[in-house]
Amino acid sequence: MTYTSEKPPLAEPTDQLRARIPGWGADLDPADRPSVPRERFDLDTGAHWDFPERQEERVPRERSIEHAFLTPVFGTAQPLRGVSGAVRAYAYKRYSEARAAHWLLLVLGDRVDAIEHHASSLLTLRPDNPVTETGVLSEVRRHGLRSRMEGHRVDRVHQPLDPVLVGGPWVVAAVAGVVAVTLVGRAARARLVRRP
Amino acid sequence: MVYRGPYKIRVEEKDVPRIEHPNDAIVRVTLAAICGSDLHLYHGMMPDTRIGHTFGHEFIGVVDQVGPSVQNLSVGDRVMVPFNVYCGSCFFCARGLYSNCHNVNPNATAVGGIYGYSHTTGGYDGGQAEYVRVPFADVGPQRIPEWLDDEDAVLLTDALSTGYFGAQLGDIHEGDVVVVLGAGPVGLFAARSAWLMGAGRVIVVDHLDYRLEKARTFAYAETVNFAEHDDLVVLLKKMTDHLGADVVIDAVGAEADGNLMQHVTSAKLKLQGGSPVALNWAIDSVRKGGTVSVMGAYGPLFSAVKFGDAMNKGLTIRTNQAPVKRQWPRLFKHIRNGYLKPSDIVTHRIPLEHIAEGYHTFSAKLDGCIKTLVVPDAA
Repeated sequence: MTYTSEKPPLAEPTDQLRARIPGWGADLDPADRPSVPRERFDLDTGAHWDFPERQEERVPRERSIEHAFLTPVFGTAQPLRGVSGAVRAYAYKRYSEARAAHWLLLVLGDRVDAIEHHASSLLTLRPDNPVTETGVLSEVRRHGLRSRMEGHRVDRVHQPLDPVLVGGPWVVAAVAGVVAVTLVGRAARARLVRRP
Repeated sequence: MVYRGPYKIRVEEKDVPRIEHPNDAIVRVTLAAICGSDLHLYHGMMPDTRIGHTFGHEFIGVVDQVGPSVQNLSVGDRVMVPFNVYCGSCFFCARGLYSNCHNVNPNATAVGGIYGYSHTTGGYDGGQAEYVRVPFADVGPQRIPEWLDDEDAVLLTDALSTGYFGAQLGDIHEGDVVVVLGAGPVGLFAARSAWLMGAGRVIVVDHLDYRLEKARTFAYAETVNFAEHDDLVVLLKKMTDHLGADVVIDAVGAEADGNLMQHVTSAKLKLQGGSPVALNWAIDSVRKGGTVSVMGAYGPLFSAVKFGDAMNKGLTIRTNQAPVKRQWPRLFKHIRNGYLKPSDIVTHRIPLEHIAEGYHTFSAKLDGCIKTLVVPDAA
């Protein structure tokens, strides 16, 4: 009964649960589970070193200032480059993981990185294609409308924000480009008119 | 695949990764999966996710090359690779905390190494690709047992192991009432695992009816669609004799729905490390003195968590990324005994070249999508 010392009884006794659910109680003993106790020294990891051999640092590698040194092994994907690389390098060099500035600068670096790559892709034979890269065509192939109409899903409210987040920067860039070209053209025409 | 900015990915030709360390292997990927936590990267929520990064921390494959110090693997071995990159010898690995390895992630000390999960977890390209570099080949990868299906094996590299680990974090005792927040792959596996640990009642919460249906049929759970109720916490209290659940498992993480402001400020505007909706529901719906298990993934920035309630209720909050390989021997037994069939949750199988649409389908929850497997061209 509620508000007494008794634990409320189960609606379904455990012998019924055992009969109905495959494997019920196979790990019943809390002490006999793979992650119990949390820290165990008897596991053979396969390591045959006390400290791993160090991976060669072919290009300077950023690291958290909470580390004593560059870890012996590290990822080499996408080394720092460009303005985004400078922002990220500063975040790592100046701020620890404990500081919000560290993470906010890294988020800023991510946005700058995207701008750099989108802009530079326009100069290549394979510019970014928002239609194929967002996979938005699956809205047709994967029953976008029907999927959203079913049930009481609450993400219908905020999903319209997604195209704004993806397309917004492109629209802003396009408008800024048109404005810039217009202003430059207007200035050039004014200069021509002023000439005798 | 490569990341091209929030909500954008494409397939590109990249160089085959090379051996960077004597204990590296290069694995030719034969099967990969998209994880719910990949969506945090895809949506631009994880700091230091670089353009050109290849995602994917759930993959299996065939060893293509090995470094000179590799002893336990040979070229041609079929291997399953835990999502953790770990050395096996540091302070943390020596204690079995493989997901907290100190020797593989120079970018952060608060998290270990993870394949294809931004530079915040070490800057390793991931397995949604034809080839991937696998550091510490003598430690992480394991030959796939002959009897194990590829689809079951790939789900052991994260989703099943994480769900099973999450149930262990709950310290479930016989007859406990367990609430699982989130009916995605990890939540479904956590719910199923709770029964293995003797739960007396398992309640799964989500807002997607098709996933709740899966929770009923796959995980034998009672279900609650929180969108149909004004106040989930009151409902759960009523369902638990006004005590609260003994254990609540957060299998949602950073993009939790249920509060528009929290979702938008975190998942859309990136002003929080993650939407705290599920965490706050967990804190409020667990009983006093109960346990909250968190293996839903959150970013490193702050979130508006109701910590005062957690303190006043005397809760035990247990968290971590799963040390995957520790779970495998027991999970192998459970699969062989027929207690678990991981691949029952797979809904979509796509070739690598369709991965942009695969991500959108998964992200927008179209077409009844629960779990998507990716088959690279080289398979």
